[in-house]
Amino acid sequence: MTMPLMRPKRKNPVLRTRQMNLPPGARGRVALNLTAAAAEGRFELQVCQDCAAVQYPPREACHRCLSARLQWRAQSGEGTLLGITTLHHSNDPFFRERLPWRLGLVQLDAGPSLIVHLHGEVGDAPTPVRVGARLDRAGQAVLIGFPKQGTEHMADDKMLREMSCDPKFRKVLVTDGKTAVGQAIVQALVKAGADIVWVGHAEPWKKLPGFDDLARLPQVTMVPLDLSNARSVTELAGEIGGKVDIVINNAEVHRAHGIASRRGTDVAKAEMDINYFGLLRLAQEFGPALKGRSADGEIGATAWVNLLSVYALSNYPSHGTFSASKAAAHSLAQCLRAEMRPAGIRVVNVFPGPIDDEWNQNLPPPKVAPATLASAIVKALRDGIEDVYPGDVAQEWLERWRENPKVLERELAAGGG
Amino acid sequence: MSFVRKGYEGVAVTVPVTVPYERYSTKSAHWFIGQALKSLVEQSGLAKDQIDGLTVSSFSLVPDTAVGVTQHLGVSPRWLDHIPTGGASGVMSLRRAARAVQAGDADVVACIAADTNHVDSFRATLGAFSNFARDASYPYGSGGPNSIFAFITANYMRQYGAKREDFGRIAVDQRSNALRNPHAMFKKPLTLDEYMAARPISDPIHLFDCVMPCAGAEGFLVMREERARDLGLPHVLVRGAIERHNAYADDPVMVRGGWLVDRDELYAQASAKPADVSFVQTYDDYPVIVMLQFEDLGFCAKGEGPAFVQAHRMTHDGSFPNNTSGGQLSAGQAGAAGGFLGMTEAIRQLTGAAGDRAVPDATLGLVTGFGMVTYDRCLCTGAVLLGSSS
Repeated sequence: MTMPLMRPKRKNPVLRTRQMNLPPGARGRVALNLTAAAAEGRFELQVCQDCAAVQYPPREACHRCLSARLQWRAQSGEGTLLGITTLHHSNDPFFRERLPWRLGLVQLDAGPSLIVHLHGEVGDAPTPVRVGARLDRAGQAVLIGFPKQGTEHMADDKMLREMSCDPKFRKVLVTDGKTAVGQAIVQALVKAGADIVWVGHAEPWKKLPGFDDLARLPQVTMVPLDLSNARSVTELAGEIGGKVDIVINNAEVHRAHGIASRRGTDVAKAEMDINYFGLLRLAQEFGPALKGRSADGEIGATAWVNLLSVYALSNYPSHGTFSASKAAAHSLAQCLRAEMRPAGIRVVNVFPGPIDDEWNQNLPPPKVAPATLASAIVKALRDGIEDVYPGDVAQEWLERWRENPKVLERELAAGGG
Repeated sequence: MSFVRKGYEGVAVTVPVTVPYERYSTKSAHWFIGQALKSLVEQSGLAKDQIDGLTVSSFSLVPDTAVGVTQHLGVSPRWLDHIPTGGASGVMSLRRAARAVQAGDADVVACIAADTNHVDSFRATLGAFSNFARDASYPYGSGGPNSIFAFITANYMRQYGAKREDFGRIAVDQRSNALRNPHAMFKKPLTLDEYMAARPISDPIHLFDCVMPCAGAEGFLVMREERARDLGLPHVLVRGAIERHNAYADDPVMVRGGWLVDRDELYAQASAKPADVSFVQTYDDYPVIVMLQFEDLGFCAKGEGPAFVQAHRMTHDGSFPNNTSGGQLSAGQAGAAGGFLGMTEAIRQLTGAAGDRAVPDATLGLVTGFGMVTYDRCLCTGAVLLGSSS
């Protein structure tokens, strides 16, 4: 049974802040497919399309029949733990700072033997376990042996906390509290045990529904933040930048227009100013501080979440300029991810389908409820997921886009949703 | 009718050399290879040019291979092999060299294994040891082989009831042997109590289950028997030799090695049986592997390893002499040269050059190899039976 994480003591300000040493992050090109699946929360291994043999470690030819037709397929992860070791010595600084460290050798029911990080609730070998793939602090997939039946606080496992970005006891900035989505995210974070949630609001004079309820939560502090205003971003970063553990950038401008339906570029500029330049301003001000605190004890800085849109993958013409701004933001978020990686800060990109809000009024269901989106974000932080496609529409678009982006483009051009 | 492989008749192994080990060295692998070749030349009385075959085994030689060594050392062999298989390189080099001299492709083959050890080179080697290690073992705690062999040891203990004390007997007796080997890195006796009290490294592996990486070289010459006799070199004869790679790949965790596949053929080549063996030089990266070899090479049945080590003293003068040089556990592991340690020691034992650690009346020695943990086990296994020439 995992002991619940206690609220960590306040940091002694005299002590030096530890720097992040990442776990070994080198992987071969084929092995990166394990990471690609884990980034979306799936555990996949190569399966031979000719003889069905499951392969591990990742390879170029089937170890049984030599076929090159190996495809990545989801695995149940059911298996048996054959051996445990507790490391008291490691050659790598990341692990050396975190000893002792438990590892297991697991034989999957599907065949191969796997070396895994072992959850604290898994007992002596031999015992049944469930293997899952998670991203580690270096952003690469690692395999973890979980107990078949976890207990209530299993997310507080020390090893798992090193992999995940759990908001419990962490300090979070949500950049826009005036939208339904923003408010749902704040509620979900408070429920998940966040220590402090700073909630940005660009226009303090506007009284919006739900806002007062939010402000009454003891964990919540309202802060002025206008992403279109560089000074506003700088001022807030100066005030709280050194304390924020997780940034959730949900601020967006969304108007339903293509090219011909509105003259001029003012609205498109407003969308770009928040959706793209807003992210850039925020990243420049909060990014360095976040990176500096990524190894700051059990609750150090850990993640950056971007609210994008599934329209970032392929332009949805009736929301054409919005799609373009989200595509730009997506591209920038990839840059942010690369820059945050050396510090072990995870950048989580969220690609919802149409959200059930005022700007998608004319779209038919299914639409993502704000609360669903919020819990998808918290789940991603807890489970170490990097790319999130919440809702049925996003899932379907993703599948179509993966199958053939050109076909999807044609379907969307013809008015298909 | 199946084709029967040729024996190793007429092949002599001679001039065992050791370039003294150092814990850390600022020199490169080339230096150690050069000094090994120099010793081979000096002790054989041959001119450098008369050595017309060369095998090289080394990790730290990268990016060079055996080819680069020829230019570096100014030799022009007509037969060359690079055998980068670590712990199995001694047996594998001997097998290849033996065939070369039998076929006349080379007259005298120098087999050399050497590695340097810089302060950070062990860590650097681990992370880039193999593609599988990079992708599937090193990111898991970066314990190197310690954690892999911890699984194998833990599994063996659970399955066959072995205790840490049983592995301790192997380590303690090897240390006792090392005290009589001037080349051994460890000079202090080791008691079973000290073994048991050692700090844990990767449970159930503790400090004295691990080898100490160091720098050094080992080498020997392979030639036709009559050539060795003409040169007046004390030599041993190859009585049998086997190798096997990636055996029992479907075993989820290693409980047996490739020796088991081929051991009957090994003994048949030598017309011998396990009881005829005067001593064994087992590859000892970890004591559990020594125990597996006792079983897989026919000295006791699978699972009887613990009882076997309880019943025997494994010192040079004991009832079952094992690793009379101290083995890697007590002499040190000079990289790939660890795969040659048993070979040079066996030649010394069978040519009366083992000093005060000599096994009395030794006539037949077994040398094993075990190398290359690319993922969850060592893949290369090999064994050689060497007989005295008299």
